[in-house]
Amino acid sequence: MSMVFHQFRYDQKAFWRNPAAVFFTVAFPVVLLLIFATVFSGQTIEVDGGIEITAYYVPAIITLAVISATMQSLAMSLVIAREDGRLKRGRGTPMPAWVFIAGRVGNSIVVALMMLALIAVLGRILYDVPIPWSEMPAILVTLMIGAAAFSCLGIALTALIPSQDAAAPIVNALLLPLYFLSGIFIPDDELPSGVIEFANHFPIRDFFQAFFTAYLPGGGSGLDWGNLAVVAIWGVAGLLLAIRFFRWTPRSG
Amino acid sequence: MAESVISIKGLRKSYGDTEAVRGIDLEVNRGEIFAFLGPNGAGKTTTVEILEGYRKRSGGEVAVLGVDPERATRDWRQRIGIVLQSCRLDPYLTVRESLDLYAGYYARPRPVDEVIELVGLGEKANDRTGKLSGGQQRRLDVGMALVGDPELLFLDEPTTGFDPGARRQAWETIAGLRDLGKTVFLTTHYMDEAQRLADRVAILADGEVVARGRPEDLGDRGSQPTVITYHGPEGEVSLTTTTPVETLNELTGRALAEGFALEGLEVKRPSLEDVYLDLTEPTNGKVEQGAGQR
Repeated sequence: MSMVFHQFRYDQKAFWRNPAAVFFTVAFPVVLLLIFATVFSGQTIEVDGGIEITAYYVPAIITLAVISATMQSLAMSLVIAREDGRLKRGRGTPMPAWVFIAGRVGNSIVVALMMLALIAVLGRILYDVPIPWSEMPAILVTLMIGAAAFSCLGIALTALIPSQDAAAPIVNALLLPLYFLSGIFIPDDELPSGVIEFANHFPIRDFFQAFFTAYLPGGGSGLDWGNLAVVAIWGVAGLLLAIRFFRWTPRSG
Repeated sequence: MAESVISIKGLRKSYGDTEAVRGIDLEVNRGEIFAFLGPNGAGKTTTVEILEGYRKRSGGEVAVLGVDPERATRDWRQRIGIVLQSCRLDPYLTVRESLDLYAGYYARPRPVDEVIELVGLGEKANDRTGKLSGGQQRRLDVGMALVGDPELLFLDEPTTGFDPGARRQAWETIAGLRDLGKTVFLTTHYMDEAQRLADRVAILADGEVVARGRPEDLGDRGSQPTVITYHGPEGEVSLTTTTPVETLNELTGRALAEGFALEGLEVKRPSLEDVYLDLTEPTNGKVEQGAGQR
């Protein structure tokens, strides 16, 4: 277990020194929040009987930031490490495979929690969106289920990425359209119902709905067990695929 | 009686219909530097990766430190160090951090500062690995394989693509491993590297060992004719002799008596390179005279 923490510490160091990783996981969601909140400022939307657009975008962007810190970040960094030969090299040491994966997933989850704090605080300071302190248990449970599930999906996704050059295009081609269709970039009352129906087939939409419910509960516990169950099932499927198809040796060369 | 660290009997490996390794027998003893020499595609990496536990063999018996690498345990991995043929380092960690990270994987690591000195990176200890030259990265690679204080090190083509200065430094690092009492299994396609570093060599061609022995004994080099060339009064002269001591004595005696210089005098034994080319390319063995082997 102390070896997991050891691995995690160095993963953290390497993460924060990597400008591309920090930009896409930390800066990009912040920039998106600022852009959407500015472009659509003053509008209200027909959710939960009408809310400020900024109150909509804070949980939406946190959803995106969690997926970015887990699925996107893991898929990219693991493919790069695999093709560099670093994963193969690590397998030649006494370090157990699960320690390495646990360190990386731990790194992702910690970054996801930091993004929750960052976006929530920015929303509070810039747009007066209250931080729902009383809902924090539900928010954290929802975030952890989502972070774990999207970590598994990110590890599974590496099996479909043949090279370092292909990592960013494949990951973005998958995630960006789903962010749009799932109501993260465009509020879902503006989207045609067919689009939402399509997006409902993918876990980003489920996770967004669950996180939205936790962050802005319209009564109740704030835990949207229905959508969380779907997210968890996707996570388990990702885990099984990852166990079956994840590889430690370079695909190219 | 030398203790066997690696023992290979009748090793075979096929990929589909192609046989990459076709029945190899080898013993490597404790404390020696053993070079596995052969051209690209001879089966060197396949063999070494079977020994490291990365690949499964198709046939034969293999024991590395008394263990079948296909049944590698964590305890066994504590005792070996691996430098892969190509592996980039994490560019965002420093030399010291890279070694600290790996030291944490082992039960009884060697002190990191000691490893930094061993691989000659004292002045680079706090530089990120992305800023190191290719030769320095390779020495850090060796350091990361050494930090667990293994008994046996595998080095797969450790100096491929290096400039002469970087190769010389890498050689010093590798030769230093012998003084630490490590056993080293080295693959290379450079003859001079094997000659310089190895106690024993096996030459591999097309999946088979075609020669083995001490570098100086390979291919009966001792009994092959020596070529003496010089520029004398008669012009360019080239003598081929099996008794070089007598021939040289006679030649230098005549030069002194008659008062001429033996300009550009050279005495050439067949180099390991000649032997190697003969063995690995039987159809055109006499391609060129090994140029300037010292």
